[in-house]
Amino acid sequence: MNIIVVGCGKVGQAIVQQLSDEGNDITVIDIDEKKINEASRKYDVMGVIGNGATHSVQFEAGIEHTDLMIAVTASDELNLLCCLVAKKAGKCQTIARVRNPEYSKDAPYLQEELRLAMVINPEFAAASEIARVIRFPSAVKIDTFAKGKLELLKFRLPNNCILTDYSVKEISSKLKCDVLVCMIERKDEAIIPGGDMTFKQGDMISIVATPQNANKFFKKINYHSNQIKNLMIAGGGNIAYYLSKMLLKTGISVKIIDRNKQRCEELCVKLPKATIIHGDASENETLLEEGIDNMGAFVALTNLDEENILLSLFAHSRMNGKIVTKVNRIEYDEIIQKLDLDSIVNPKHITAENIVQFVRAMKNSMGSNVETLYSLIKGKVEAAEFVIRERSSILDTQLQSLKFKPNVLIACIVRNNDMIIPRGQDTIKLGDSVVVVSRHLGLHDICDILE
Amino acid sequence: MNFAMIFVVLGWVSCFNAIFMLLPAFVGVIFNENASYAFSGSAIISLVIGVLILIFIKPKNKTLYSREGFVIVSLSWILLSLLGALPLFMSGAVPNFIDALFESVSGFTTTGASIIHSVEALPKCCLFWRSFTHWIGGMGVLVFIMAFLPLSGAGNMNLMKAESPGPMVGKLVPRVKSTAFLLYAMYLGLTIFEFICLLFVKMPVFYAVNTAFATAGTGGFGFLNDSMASFSPIIQIIVTIFMILFGINFSAYFLILYRRWKDALRISEVWVYLGIITLSSIIITFNIRSLNDSIGDAARNAAFTVSSIITTTGFSTADFNEWPELSKTILLILMFTGACAGSTSGGIKISRFIIMFKTIIKEIRIQIHPKLIKKIKMDGHEINHETVRALNTYLIVYIFIFSLSLLIISAEGHDFITNFSSVAASLNNIGPGFELAGPTQNFAFFSPTSKIILIFNMLAGRLELFPIVILFSPTTWRK
Repeated sequence: MNIIVVGCGKVGQAIVQQLSDEGNDITVIDIDEKKINEASRKYDVMGVIGNGATHSVQFEAGIEHTDLMIAVTASDELNLLCCLVAKKAGKCQTIARVRNPEYSKDAPYLQEELRLAMVINPEFAAASEIARVIRFPSAVKIDTFAKGKLELLKFRLPNNCILTDYSVKEISSKLKCDVLVCMIERKDEAIIPGGDMTFKQGDMISIVATPQNANKFFKKINYHSNQIKNLMIAGGGNIAYYLSKMLLKTGISVKIIDRNKQRCEELCVKLPKATIIHGDASENETLLEEGIDNMGAFVALTNLDEENILLSLFAHSRMNGKIVTKVNRIEYDEIIQKLDLDSIVNPKHITAENIVQFVRAMKNSMGSNVETLYSLIKGKVEAAEFVIRERSSILDTQLQSLKFKPNVLIACIVRNNDMIIPRGQDTIKLGDSVVVVSRHLGLHDICDILE
Repeated sequence: MNFAMIFVVLGWVSCFNAIFMLLPAFVGVIFNENASYAFSGSAIISLVIGVLILIFIKPKNKTLYSREGFVIVSLSWILLSLLGALPLFMSGAVPNFIDALFESVSGFTTTGASIIHSVEALPKCCLFWRSFTHWIGGMGVLVFIMAFLPLSGAGNMNLMKAESPGPMVGKLVPRVKSTAFLLYAMYLGLTIFEFICLLFVKMPVFYAVNTAFATAGTGGFGFLNDSMASFSPIIQIIVTIFMILFGINFSAYFLILYRRWKDALRISEVWVYLGIITLSSIIITFNIRSLNDSIGDAARNAAFTVSSIITTTGFSTADFNEWPELSKTILLILMFTGACAGSTSGGIKISRFIIMFKTIIKEIRIQIHPKLIKKIKMDGHEINHETVRALNTYLIVYIFIFSLSLLIISAEGHDFITNFSSVAASLNNIGPGFELAGPTQNFAFFSPTSKIILIFNMLAGRLELFPIVILFSPTTWRK
């Protein structure tokens, strides 16, 4: 697919890397020559220097042969203009990043009237992600398949959990739970486990299950999954605003701490139900005074990564609840993983991920059969959902007699709204949705998992 | 330094070379020549080397940084030249290995300087191989491999940058692989077009194939002792036109292919190039008027020679060594300009001269207005400082290599014009020079030492100096 990406900042680069690795032809446009040079040095893409909203620059980038234009510059207006011009100049789909809350209220209207394929708001996307984590506090990360009927949950095995020293196959026999362990992260390794593998303390475990079964599973292993009733947010930016709005609706009480008085007053008007504290969240006195010890969750959303990490570590030492940390820089992901933090949210990464998912879906109509795709560990393990639309050799054969590539796991089969956690005797049938976890990146078809 | 990956690419070069050699072997079979065995034998040697490397070396890390890019490109060309010399040597066409290597390098680098006295006496398959090496070398062997091989990643751009001529190498389309493929498609298309045109004016098939290959790569190996002189005027005119076409920047063809006429017409380099050809041809026509039967003949010879020299092809229809001094001097200058960047020609390239000229104007204006801010632009794009800096360094390295080679070759005691024009003809990948190295002569009279220097010059010239210089620079190999 031919794609133009306007704006080569962090989000732009993340998108470019992912999409280029998946075999799309990408042209990047940016006004800054250095950024273009950097991008064309790192990735196999073509660069055009100039203002992406001008027709001449888009023409130079080959707009007439482009299938998709993604505008992710820092300015909302520029992004929208880029899409408008592209729409007129070529016959492409357009995606615009719009982050100003005033516009994002109009997002559906804009999308309709300007005929955009997608309007993405990084802060809103991040807030939705955090809200999901807060609602399901046991998990570190949740991805959904089969339109939300199936969940992929990731959690860290707590100390003294009964699951320690169990082997993977004992889950169904001893616990009588229909869940499938699809990945275990131990130290720097990501393992797609066989039945004989045993759990160890400190493992990060990913399971696939329906929400009900997941709840049952967490109860059985005594993992605290009590519903969160109150939470504290440090930093009152846009994410905090969207998040509070979502959570307040579900009856969770929200306390926001921000050091800017004007912003506090604004939030106070916009979120009448929330408690707004004007104070410095980086002073632990303030946090203690506001009762961090009794909070169900703590979300660090200040503008500084370092501050967020420190606050989360402090919160971790004081409370038992869920802790979510916003980190903007992706590069230090591996180091941050080693710290004792629960959930890390990276708005830029989420934005890129959402756009990449859209592109995959768009490609679907052009041949590939991947319905949804999540990167479980960046660049190492992916979970993909395939829809079986046509006959192939993989169908109607018992799974145990198929020869799979190593490090491939069929995590779930969805048939007529039923979830099947597959065993050796099960078969894949026409019309099924199949979730596959694998270390082979960029699968395009279900048959790619066979030897 | 990622040695494993360097070897893997070399392995592929060797394998592809084996495939290339099957063509002349096949030609040998058609003409029922014994030399055909030399080609099939060399192809097998080449294949074995390549396959062994590919079987035993499995790189863990496939990233190519720019230094690997330079090293791979220079080593590939050296390997290719050595392998290419094998059949010439084995078939007995060239009994001395240094001579065979000279011939092979001269072929791949599209120089066209020969050490063979009577090319007509060579087996047909050897003649074909000589012309075919021009064709491969013209667009570059790594570009060819990249067009077909899945060498994924952005690192390939480093290979392409190192192999393709010109001060700024860009992509035509987002992917390196597609760009390489597109370049070769256009190259092949134009070559076939020339072949058909030549057949149309009744050139024998074998000659037409060879001429098309040699023109496409702007090489210029002759297959008759008098190069192009004995062919009919119409053939000479067609060859002239195609030499000029292959000297044009291939991105111009790309733009035309995509119907972006305005952008295609805006490439100033092409206009300057065509202007220089026209002007030089007119001056030389009048200057050599008395040596020819008619003004038409004079114009044809002038245009042919000018195009042949400026595109660094090196065919000849007349012994320009006998021409008046003015004409010879013009030709000598054209030897250095070369044709457009991004074409198959050698030399310094016209775009570099345009940038240099603009830099001079800028410098003059800065002297007058010391606080002036001025950026150099070409075809509507800003030329950044890095490019200008790289260009200046290129020129210094060029002069340095040129002088050093001239110095070493002078030790042999030939006259200055011969030495100077030989170095110029090899470093700029042209072929014939003046006096002893003139169009009716050959390079056989040089001593082996001088030949090695000229071989080095041809390789350095084809790869635009830096890859070869980097290969021999100690900092490259330091850990």
